[in-house]
Amino acid sequence: MEALGQINVIDLKDDNPQPAQKIWKHKHILDLDDFTPSEIDLVMQTTDAMHEILSRPIKKVPTLRGKTVVTLFYEASTRTRSSFELAAKNLSADISNLTVSSSSVTKGESLIDTLETMEALGADIIVMRHPNSGAPNLASKHVKASIINAGDGWHAHPTQALLDMYTMLKYKNSIKNLKVTIIGDIIHSRVAHSNIWSLTKMGADVTICAPSTLLPKGMDNPQPYFPKVNVTTDINKAMKDADVVMGLRLQLERQQSGLLPSIREYARLYQITEERLSKADKDVIVMHPGPVNEDVEIASTVAHGDKSVITEQVTNGVAVRMALFYLLAGGSHNE
Amino acid sequence: MAKKVIMTEADIKRTIARISHEIVERNKSTNNIILVGMRTRGVPLAKRLASNIESFEEMKIPVGILDFSLYRDDISSQDIPLVIKSTNIPSSVDGKVIVLVDDVLYTGRSARAALDAIIDLGRPLSIQLAVLVDRGHRELPIRADYVGKNIPSSKDEEIEVRLTETDEIDEVAIIPKPGREG
Repeated sequence: MEALGQINVIDLKDDNPQPAQKIWKHKHILDLDDFTPSEIDLVMQTTDAMHEILSRPIKKVPTLRGKTVVTLFYEASTRTRSSFELAAKNLSADISNLTVSSSSVTKGESLIDTLETMEALGADIIVMRHPNSGAPNLASKHVKASIINAGDGWHAHPTQALLDMYTMLKYKNSIKNLKVTIIGDIIHSRVAHSNIWSLTKMGADVTICAPSTLLPKGMDNPQPYFPKVNVTTDINKAMKDADVVMGLRLQLERQQSGLLPSIREYARLYQITEERLSKADKDVIVMHPGPVNEDVEIASTVAHGDKSVITEQVTNGVAVRMALFYLLAGGSHNE
Repeated sequence: MAKKVIMTEADIKRTIARISHEIVERNKSTNNIILVGMRTRGVPLAKRLASNIESFEEMKIPVGILDFSLYRDDISSQDIPLVIKSTNIPSSVDGKVIVLVDDVLYTGRSARAALDAIIDLGRPLSIQLAVLVDRGHRELPIRADYVGKNIPSSKDEEIEVRLTETDEIDEVAIIPKPGREG
């Protein structure tokens, strides 16, 4: 069995089996802005327990027998959906995947009607991806099932941010004071938004870097509604001493919408290359939520190089989603 | 009824020494034993057994940690999920003698969950159970192979095991169930 990461420090003093009630308040996972640091800690710790299950020859525990998870994806996705599906199966939950393109949605059924149908079919947890920001939030007000946001518009992708944090913890002792640089299409990235919330809550020093057309306005001013991050358009400055460098997928249609002169120019100025990485900390790790446009936002030698943890992110994603399923459905939640 | 101390530090020390000898005696060879502590207080007990065996057999016994919460039969009747910690068994359990170690044996439901958890990890040669205290009231056909002390108790009482590693003091006591008078 592989050695566990640094977060598996066994502290028996703090090890009494206790209800998570005092810490865990969530019925839905919509975004990370309303998570407390101790809730994030609880997710990380539970994820570590789930990660151990993934290293076993039989990757299955009976914990959520009889619970039903439904995935409802209004946008194409294979990796995220498979990750949720495997996570549910590893916990022995039943899962049903609703493909919107071949369902009654094409016959004009509304979102709320679809959700109510899912609930009538017995869903305990609904995993939802939707092109409109806020759709999972709306959904959570209409159903008794727990909603997990698997990405909504430009708004949030909380499970991705949690798996990113878990991956960082596998390599770094603590998130506090960690220098994290996020490079790429920040303005359209729900991954970046959720990561900024979770990382700043845990005390990381976050820098975002992109051409100014791909940076949201006002990010460089401390504001009451969004955490403070460093903003720069200079990739060399952003790279300096970074402990973690995260690339984001460049949506190729951004060029057509006039935000970039050309993809080639973007790659020349903002691609994560070996040379640019040399300015980062010597133990830097390189992350990317995938799918990767190789040699656009990240050089293929970097994406497949020894600093890249991109494939581990995928494995950790299954563990994080198991942890969230467990925390949402592992009790009756009657207070 | 006030708290009544049943085992002191010296009692616990003697008992653990005796169980260590029993484990060696019963298994003849110690080279395929893994002691597996059931979280929480089974873990320090397993470590103490291992260091005892190590001192008189001159043989290092691996100690693993098991969190069996994911196998509990009451998981969905808990109001809220329990905190889960990592399981960490130092080697494959295939062909090994697994000695599960826990502080108190009561209904047997934890032991049942632990058995399922171990069997999901592989196929051990055998599984044995060592407990510091057996308080009776079994709800499943389960018994311990090594018992520190049998303490007949009422269901209105609680057995409180405290160990220096987790609670600063070595002591076993009977206390009335919290929230009930008398």
